[in-house]
Amino acid sequence: MRRIRWGWVAVSVVPVVFIGYFFAYPLFRILTLGLSEMGAGSTGLQARLFKVGWFTLWQAVLSTVLTLLVAAPLTWAVSSFDFKGRRLVMALVTVPFVLPTVVVGTAFVALGWRDSIGAILAAHVFFNVAVVVRTVSTLWTRIDPGLEEAARVLGASGWTVFRHVTLPLLRPAIAAASSIVFLFTFTSFGVVLILGGFHYATLEVEIYRQAVTLFDLPLAASLAIVQLLGVTGALYWYARYQEKTAVAWTLERGSNRRRARGRARYGMVAAVVGTLAALAVPLSVLVSRSFDSDFYTRLFMADPVVGVPVSSVWNSLTFAFVAMLLATLVGVMAATVITGRSGQISRWFDLTLMLPLGTSAVTIGFGFIVALDWPFDLRASAWLVPSAQALVAVPFVVRATVPTLRSIPSEEREAAAVLGASPFRVWREIDLPMVSRAAMVGAGFAFVISLGEFGATSFVARPNTATIPIMIFRLLSRPGAVSFGMAMAMSVVLALMTAGVVLAIDRARFGELGTF
Amino acid sequence: MRHTRSILTITLLAAALTACSNGTETTSSAGATPDKLTVIAHDSFAEGVDDSTFAAFTEQTGIQVDVLAAGDAGALVNQAVLTKDNPLADVLFGVDDTFLSRALDQGIFTEYRSADLDSVIESLGGSDPHVTPIDYGDVCFNYDKGWFDTAQIPVPSDLEAFKTDVYAEHTTVEHPATSSPGLAFMLATIDTFGEDGWLDWWSAARDAGISVAADWDTAYYADFTRYGGNSSIVMSYASSPPAEVIYAEEPLTQAPTGVIEAGCYRQVEYAGILAGTEYPEAAGELIDFMLSVEFQEGIPLTWFVFPANADAVLPQEFIDYTVIPDAPARLDPSYIAENRDRWIDEWIGVMEGS
Repeated sequence: MRRIRWGWVAVSVVPVVFIGYFFAYPLFRILTLGLSEMGAGSTGLQARLFKVGWFTLWQAVLSTVLTLLVAAPLTWAVSSFDFKGRRLVMALVTVPFVLPTVVVGTAFVALGWRDSIGAILAAHVFFNVAVVVRTVSTLWTRIDPGLEEAARVLGASGWTVFRHVTLPLLRPAIAAASSIVFLFTFTSFGVVLILGGFHYATLEVEIYRQAVTLFDLPLAASLAIVQLLGVTGALYWYARYQEKTAVAWTLERGSNRRRARGRARYGMVAAVVGTLAALAVPLSVLVSRSFDSDFYTRLFMADPVVGVPVSSVWNSLTFAFVAMLLATLVGVMAATVITGRSGQISRWFDLTLMLPLGTSAVTIGFGFIVALDWPFDLRASAWLVPSAQALVAVPFVVRATVPTLRSIPSEEREAAAVLGASPFRVWREIDLPMVSRAAMVGAGFAFVISLGEFGATSFVARPNTATIPIMIFRLLSRPGAVSFGMAMAMSVVLALMTAGVVLAIDRARFGELGTF
Repeated sequence: MRHTRSILTITLLAAALTACSNGTETTSSAGATPDKLTVIAHDSFAEGVDDSTFAAFTEQTGIQVDVLAAGDAGALVNQAVLTKDNPLADVLFGVDDTFLSRALDQGIFTEYRSADLDSVIESLGGSDPHVTPIDYGDVCFNYDKGWFDTAQIPVPSDLEAFKTDVYAEHTTVEHPATSSPGLAFMLATIDTFGEDGWLDWWSAARDAGISVAADWDTAYYADFTRYGGNSSIVMSYASSPPAEVIYAEEPLTQAPTGVIEAGCYRQVEYAGILAGTEYPEAAGELIDFMLSVEFQEGIPLTWFVFPANADAVLPQEFIDYTVIPDAPARLDPSYIAENRDRWIDEWIGVMEGS
């Protein structure tokens, strides 16, 4: 018993140090600084605060519900059936997730979807469908078909089987995906600004306005605390819910997808084609505009202002790779810690790891620059970029691995221990093979998040090495048909890279790790 | 257990090594020549910097120049204020009139008067001794020439025209709280109509159907008729028409867009030496370099703003395809600082009706 506890402590060091140094410490420093009297005096905003807080909450809840509904048919199709191009579908559905807000915003506006709450909700669904499809299908694919078959043999209809057998088993993954979508939409910034006209403001928008435009740090800090409290409340509820509903059951190591037959076949085709077609509408605007002229050729030519645009591809890949390694290491260790013990400590730890997703980028960014000159000055270091990106990516790795880890029956571990295996050996032989696939999903997400990340890093003083989203932003911030076309072409490149990376990871994830 | 210990040892060792290499930096006196200087700037400046930008300076002095990108102009100043005890850089570039007071009130700069100040365009000079004007840009209405040719209506020549739906329904401006050209134009209306009259203009323009976009990108690339939108007039920059020619798909002999002189606002951008620098003398030399004709003549085609140095010759595109307004609006930085929040709130009150 004592030995296991020590192992647990050892594994927890890395995630605790990471989250402490890159999140808790900077956050503490900036909030205490803000609440002291630095900056301008507070302007009365109480009435507005209520309005803004209420809007932030209800649009996030509604966005999350809508995303779940829209993602459901496709999730069912890719989890239950094997079909040609299934991996490609999974890769394509991930593309919207990484596209910069400003690019998607322009596409939505071009389609006339703007200045309305409908446009905001549609964009939130568009961005987040991938989160649900990928997180839920990871678990769904591996439900023991015996359970469903047993129910069917006992006379249950397909719908009854889904409602009473499949859905309860999927709850942890659905809750995990919902929590991420909720956090993303709760802290929505660009979408609300661009598509909401000037009629809507989330807490995130208001924090930016107070901190950057008005430099009213006390008010910005107060708003950031309100935002943090909201996020913490939602996460706490989620953590309780997840612990209550998690059931240990035998996961299949392979997949249980089968070929679709009969009516199911039509349903599957409709789900796949329908979802992809809906996601393709805004994307097609991008693609068609990128082909108006020789914009792709121009991406390879040196521009007097921005340099050779494709050089940003290399920068992005390097940052994304480092961020992925960092996030996967920290995330898997954190997931091991969270599932290794139940109770208050791991519940709060889990919650803390999710907080960066729900904290405004401007708060973290300013926190970095006031705090990270100790013990050595990291503030202007290139390392800060992948670290900030990893901070946002760690929750994805954790969310992808925790449901799987929780589902491993403790009997398997106990049996191995009784047979004389050391804790490390138990972990390697039982947990690792099960978790590696989930970790690969998390790593893929981490990579892709880092490729598309703009918010957290844009507030950090950084050496001038442009990533793809920053290059797109540069091109879009100057006039001219060529600038615009090149920005569209660069966005298509980012979309293709994303699809390519996801495809490669999906292909690789049954590799050696899974078989030892 | 053993694994854990070795990992810990490695981590500690790495930390110790990093600390050591950091500790070897020598402290120097004000007059010493550093190996490099760091400039912190807003993104749009940092974006334009490449190996050649400061090459001549490095050749003259042996000092390398690193540039840090720090977000937009507001975020830049805030970062400098937040780090004034342990600054990120030696020189800050890119503070404009709208944020200047904040920077000066917080004392982030040390005084410096460049010997080359005489060459600065007269109307830009005479500012605070802590900062040096480097460039200026005029925020102006741009119109789509093709649209006006087809529609057969005259291009508006004063702001009164925007009170009629003929023009207002085809005009997009940016939100002053989220966009720097939006703020600039709001200030232009205050300068033009005074504290008593500016809100009347806005409420008339609102009733006539003027559109507001969150940022410049949306106004220009989504709303502008040139890019498939519904507005033939958008709030942009005097340098946008030359950019339309330079970044045209096919070579053009005339600009597809034009500048309306009414409602222009002049933004001046300054550089200053950060108070905590170890090398104020070298930093001063860098500011002199940024004022030199050599550096100044590169400004228009790199950053699409105009040189502050009167001796700098403009590129042909900036002479042929745009106008420099005779009397652009401009307000005093401290007047802006005192009233900006209230003005924005009043503007929101009129435009959003809350």
